[in-house]
Amino acid sequence: MLTAEGLSLWRGDQCLFRRLGFVVPAGSATQVTGPNGSGKTTLLRVLAGFLRPETGTLRWADETGDWDEVSRGRVAYCGHLGGIKAELTATENLRFDAALAGVDPAGIPGLLEEAGLAPCAGLRAGQLSAGQKRRLALARLRLSGASLWLLDEPQTNLDDAGRHYLRSLLAGHLRAGGCAVIASHEPAGLADLATGRIGLGG
Amino acid sequence: MAAGPGQVFAAVLRRDLQVAWRRWSDAANPALFFLLVVTLFPLALSPKAEFLRAIGPGVLWVGALLATLMALNLLFRADVDDGTMEQLLLSDCPLPIVMLAKTLAHWITTILPVIVVAPVLAITYHLPPEALPTLVLGLLIGTPALSLVGSIGAALTVGLRQGGALLAVLVVPLMLPVPMFGARATDLAVAGEDPTGLLYLLGALSVLAAGLAPLASAAAIRLGID
Repeated sequence: MLTAEGLSLWRGDQCLFRRLGFVVPAGSATQVTGPNGSGKTTLLRVLAGFLRPETGTLRWADETGDWDEVSRGRVAYCGHLGGIKAELTATENLRFDAALAGVDPAGIPGLLEEAGLAPCAGLRAGQLSAGQKRRLALARLRLSGASLWLLDEPQTNLDDAGRHYLRSLLAGHLRAGGCAVIASHEPAGLADLATGRIGLGG
Repeated sequence: MAAGPGQVFAAVLRRDLQVAWRRWSDAANPALFFLLVVTLFPLALSPKAEFLRAIGPGVLWVGALLATLMALNLLFRADVDDGTMEQLLLSDCPLPIVMLAKTLAHWITTILPVIVVAPVLAITYHLPPEALPTLVLGLLIGTPALSLVGSIGAALTVGLRQGGALLAVLVVPLMLPVPMFGARATDLAVAGEDPTGLLYLLGALSVLAAGLAPLASAAAIRLGID
């Protein structure tokens, strides 16, 4: 369960959010909505620990301590940069993530199959299409073992089958007691899976 | 369950070597640059054997330092640009170990080729064959300190688009002892004297840098990503 209290952040003189507070209970997803430039990505990067908010605190369940430390290994982030090495194949990319997370790499072919990437498992990731790269970045979420998923416009570049894959991935994660914060300017799509809503920008 | 430091080190080293192998032209650049810098001096100054023998060790070491500087820009750049650095920051594996592994992989792929061509260039500078082992050994144990100290600067400037000049200004003063001791050791070997003490010093600098630099660059990269 993620609790945010009193988060404020400015970009230059523009206030992106002021004293923002919300709770994302275990097994639920919260959608962050707002127009372009309203700070959706910035909020996710604060939650990921890349940015420090000017005020406010983030807590994970009953853990005390700095969010930088507490969030390590608990948070998975799927952002605009895919975090995929173009020189490595899809399998090699996931194998590296598995090695970092200390997870058995035996499940990787199954994950690629689920993502619909089995036929291109041996291709260099640089040769994959934008949608296929996005699917690969989503497949990594399962390997991380993280409880909190931060998804920044996860539907970008995905076709219908890809969106279906994303939905089933997210639904499975929530059923397993995980939680997610999803930034999206499209109100439709994943809205039925998200119980909470945070509106930014106005 | 998190991976142990040894596993993380091996995984990062393996991945970076694999990526570098598939982009070998990037890795070859510093060695080519080194070749160019070192061959320019005799052309511009004087081809006399006595003169070349006197400046040779210094030129080779300064060339190695410049090649290191040139390569440093790429140390973290690719990982930051494609988002893999973000993913590394999120995992709960120890970041200094990641930085150490990345710096070692970078040293192997960019500086090792420089050390391979160095003895050939040393012969063109009329250095006696007896001095070559000292030159190569000095470079092998001294240049890791250059890469490690440089990794701090590379991590600090990773957020800047044109950080190259700033990077050089930041790290060259810290790197200076290495080419000074290294060139002096080779000078002693050319004169037929014992360079052991200076080689020990170079080794000590590298060990010191291996212990401290990854901590600093791990802290710096956290600041650089935002």
